[in-house]
Amino acid sequence: MSITTARISSAQLKSAFVAKVQKNSDQKLLACYQCGKCSAGCPMAAHMDILPNQIIRLAQLGMHERLLASNAIWTCVSCMTCNTRCPKNVHIAEVIESLRDIAMRNGRRHEHLTIGDVPAETRAELPPIAMISAMRKLTS
Amino acid sequence: MKLIYYPGCTLKNHARNFDVSTVSSMAKLDVEVEELDRWNCCGTVHALGATNVMNRIAPVTNLVRVKQQQANEVMTTCAMCYNTLKRANIDVQKRAAALETINKFMYLDEVDYQGDVAVHHLLEYLRDRIGFDKLSARVKKPLKGLRVACYYGCLLVRPKEVAFDDVENPTVMEDLVTALGGTPVPFAQKTECCGAYHAVDNAEIVADRTNKIMSGATEQQADVAMVSCPLCAFNLDFKQPDARRLNPELQPMPVLYFTQLMALAFGCGEDDLRFDLHHIDPKPALAGRGLI
Ligand code: SF4
Ligand code: SF4
Repeated sequence: MSITTARISSAQLKSAFVAKVQKNSDQKLLACYQCGKCSAGCPMAAHMDILPNQIIRLAQLGMHERLLASNAIWTCVSCMTCNTRCPKNVHIAEVIESLRDIAMRNGRRHEHLTIGDVPAETRAELPPIAMISAMRKLTS
Repeated sequence: MKLIYYPGCTLKNHARNFDVSTVSSMAKLDVEVEELDRWNCCGTVHALGATNVMNRIAPVTNLVRVKQQQANEVMTTCAMCYNTLKRANIDVQKRAAALETINKFMYLDEVDYQGDVAVHHLLEYLRDRIGFDKLSARVKKPLKGLRVACYYGCLLVRPKEVAFDDVENPTVMEDLVTALGGTPVPFAQKTECCGAYHAVDNAEIVADRTNKIMSGATEQQADVAMVSCPLCAFNLDFKQPDARRLNPELQPMPVLYFTQLMALAFGCGEDDLRFDLHHIDPKPALAGRGLI
């Protein structure tokens, strides 16, 4: 068995990616001490490939490729349950939104949702509030 | 007493039952509701970016319209509109530079917005300004025996700065049901997200959430679920068939707006209730308790 040592230091926070996440979300990533409470209460956790506390950890480490390729950043629905329960007052939802923003506006625009791909019968039955909120969250 | 009312887009479309039951039940409480002039879509969700200005323009424009109508407060019933208007207001109160940018952008309007319009949700208004005692006195047809699962969802209670009740265990809806003569049931899932806009891009998530929430209401032997958000109503009511595919045991349960139950208890007629706009017809459950 090999032993892996991961070091987290404020050096990572100097990477352009981490600085951008911290600025756009107005959060201090190192405040998180990985208690896992955010993930325990997340109603979307069962549908996520990485959990909210893991998102924060990967963000601390500046692992942007893993984060931006995850489905979890799109599954999070900004329900704010994690934010209200975090003992360190980390606004996880804000961090995740900043990741969505980076994924969609990385030099050029990458839409996560194309309304034209939503089946016509689904579009016909959806209330405006569903369409507009999905477009606000999932398109640039 | 005149109260400026912001209905929002969905109350003029899919959720007309929410709109008409609001206006008619407020009339029974002697509150004259005046629809906001030239209102526009609030944007439905609060953009979480710390430096965002663009997405604040839509909600703040509505608050400017309130001032133009010589008022200092606005009431809305839709949980999403409430959350978006309220958060944008709090945000521009804190960020003078963002507010200045918005005011400059809106130079054609006389009003220079100062963050000075109060945003109320109707549930909060009923509790704090009308009072459940007065409301109770207006009940003509008590909702006797009706077991109601009160569903708050996310946006009435989160984040903390917009919550007008306890974040983890709010009771304002239960108190309303009691005032109307009904029976609120304990409901563990009352503040758990319904999946929201995943109705557009991920039907599986909504089916899973709706199953969990409506199963919780069924366990408590509720007759109906009561909501304050047209998107929750869509997911919990219109998407129940998807939930039933995951869980064939899930029995159909109607989903009503709190204003519909209020209008019903105040003796309003079918035109003010619009049960024809539901997926699961509320009439059998209400008839079962002798309410219609
Ligand atoms: S609840 Fe807060 S401190 Fe705990 S793991 Fe989540 S973000 Fe970190
Ligand atoms: S805001 Fe996102 S990460 Fe947090 S609990 Fe809700 S869905 Fe989960």
